[in-house]
Amino acid sequence: MFRTSERRLARWAITAPPTLFLLAFFLAPALIVVLASFQYPGEFGGLAPLADQGDGREYGLTLENYRFFASDWLFAEILLRSFLVAAASTLICLILAYPVAWLIARSPKQHRDLLVLLVILPFASNFLIRVYAWMIILGPQAAFAKLVNGLLGALGLGPVSLLFSPFAVLVGMVYVHLPFMILPLYTNLEKHDPVLLDAAQDLGADAWQRFWRVTWPLSLPGVFSGSALVFIPVLGMFAIPDILGGTRDMLIGNLIKDQFLGVRDWPFGATLSIVLTLCVLALAWLAAWAGMARRAHA
Amino acid sequence: MRRLPVWLKLAAGFTFAFLYVPLAVVVAYSFNDSRLNAEWVGFTLEWYRVLAADAEMLLAARNSLFIALTASLAATFLGTLAGLAIHRYHPRWLPLLVITPVAMPEILLGVSLLVFFIQVLHLTLGLLSVLLAHITFSIGFVAIIVRARLAGMDESIFEAARDLGATPWAAFRLVTFPLILPAVVAGFLMSFTLSIDDFVITFFTAGVGVSTLPLQIYSMIKIAVTPEVNAVSTLLMLLTLVLVIAASRLDKGFMKGGA
Repeated sequence: MFRTSERRLARWAITAPPTLFLLAFFLAPALIVVLASFQYPGEFGGLAPLADQGDGREYGLTLENYRFFASDWLFAEILLRSFLVAAASTLICLILAYPVAWLIARSPKQHRDLLVLLVILPFASNFLIRVYAWMIILGPQAAFAKLVNGLLGALGLGPVSLLFSPFAVLVGMVYVHLPFMILPLYTNLEKHDPVLLDAAQDLGADAWQRFWRVTWPLSLPGVFSGSALVFIPVLGMFAIPDILGGTRDMLIGNLIKDQFLGVRDWPFGATLSIVLTLCVLALAWLAAWAGMARRAHA
Repeated sequence: MRRLPVWLKLAAGFTFAFLYVPLAVVVAYSFNDSRLNAEWVGFTLEWYRVLAADAEMLLAARNSLFIALTASLAATFLGTLAGLAIHRYHPRWLPLLVITPVAMPEILLGVSLLVFFIQVLHLTLGLLSVLLAHITFSIGFVAIIVRARLAGMDESIFEAARDLGATPWAAFRLVTFPLILPAVVAGFLMSFTLSIDDFVITFFTAGVGVSTLPLQIYSMIKIAVTPEVNAVSTLLMLLTLVLVIAASRLDKGFMKGGA
């Protein structure tokens, strides 16, 4: 009897602190945002009160923010652009990451940890520094921009601005998120049994077939988790378009940031956050469903 | 072992160059004797001198260190408990509470905390709000690393200690804790790195009350770029380099947790 109550106390002492902290500082704020998306904006930013203050201003709950979102194509367009940028970044990351992940997975065991560390190190340096690096490289006075514009000039094309363009945004997104693709891919590829490839070869498969029919399908779980780790953060990113993009490269993250810190329409910002959350949840659900469908298939 | 094709090595080499050349450029220009990050003029330490005399930057650095230290201590405590709880008791909702802040776009956590602090807690944004925000997003990383370590452990030694008459607390203190200590320290280093590097969530929760190194770097990049940014970046890179290498030496689960 004494033992069980003691055990219950231990369980409570271990579970309660992190649970209570996260309920207070993660779940409660998330629910407040849901509520805020149905409120009116306050007079000086923030939210209007829920109860009538008797001053003739709007109060209570409303669907107005969602109506506003649906009323203008501009918002859907920005959301669509965010999806396109996220999809393009994910694809480029995949293409760049696969050879590296493969190389590490097939390297001798004693080299692998070092190679993984080499992938992690640049990602450990500050995010803004990595974006700033591209500001230098793509800047109009930098050697790279001069080279590109020299080549374009030779072809009879006018000079282009590399910085503050959709190209720069894409480069920044790929650069910042690349390790998130390499690591899950490597973790997956490392587990492949090389005997499978030998068997495929004995059965007459050439190098391409061995990749496309054996390695690639087996690596799909790694591809999916890497893609989720790139796609989701890119979807909500505001700092990279802010620093490397032009005024027309606004993504949903920039729009949300502006509602909270620029124009100060918090309820509409909350609505946009909810829309983004729903997109992320749909993606997570899709990824889980794809994983389950594959398992059922196999 | 099968030989790797040359094109694969070339492609991997290209990606490694893509990862490292930009950072090398930042470091190189921090020693360049020119206001422009354009041409190499000559070697100088001028930008480090400018940095050392920049009072705002030094204050931001002090804030960053204080926040990172305090937040990661708290997050290590809460995250270790969360890892233990998930491993031992399989609570139904805790894993979701721990993972979601890590998995969702940072901006969502940032704005929700901003609304919560101002609208519900009526808190003036500043050190405290940034601290609470950093603890919130760090708990998950610590919990993942600690849990991975526990999963790789033989639970029977804990049971053996109990059978030999140790109280649960003694068994934890003398058996479990020493075994998970490398993961706990790696989790601490990880959350320290995350905290000192965080820009997005700090951007929303700092208000005008407090500045951190990333916020200071951001405003410099947005307003006037000088090689002083390169100098502070180089020093910050050096710091995180040391931290990450230390964490990865301590615990292999760190690599997976970091990914």
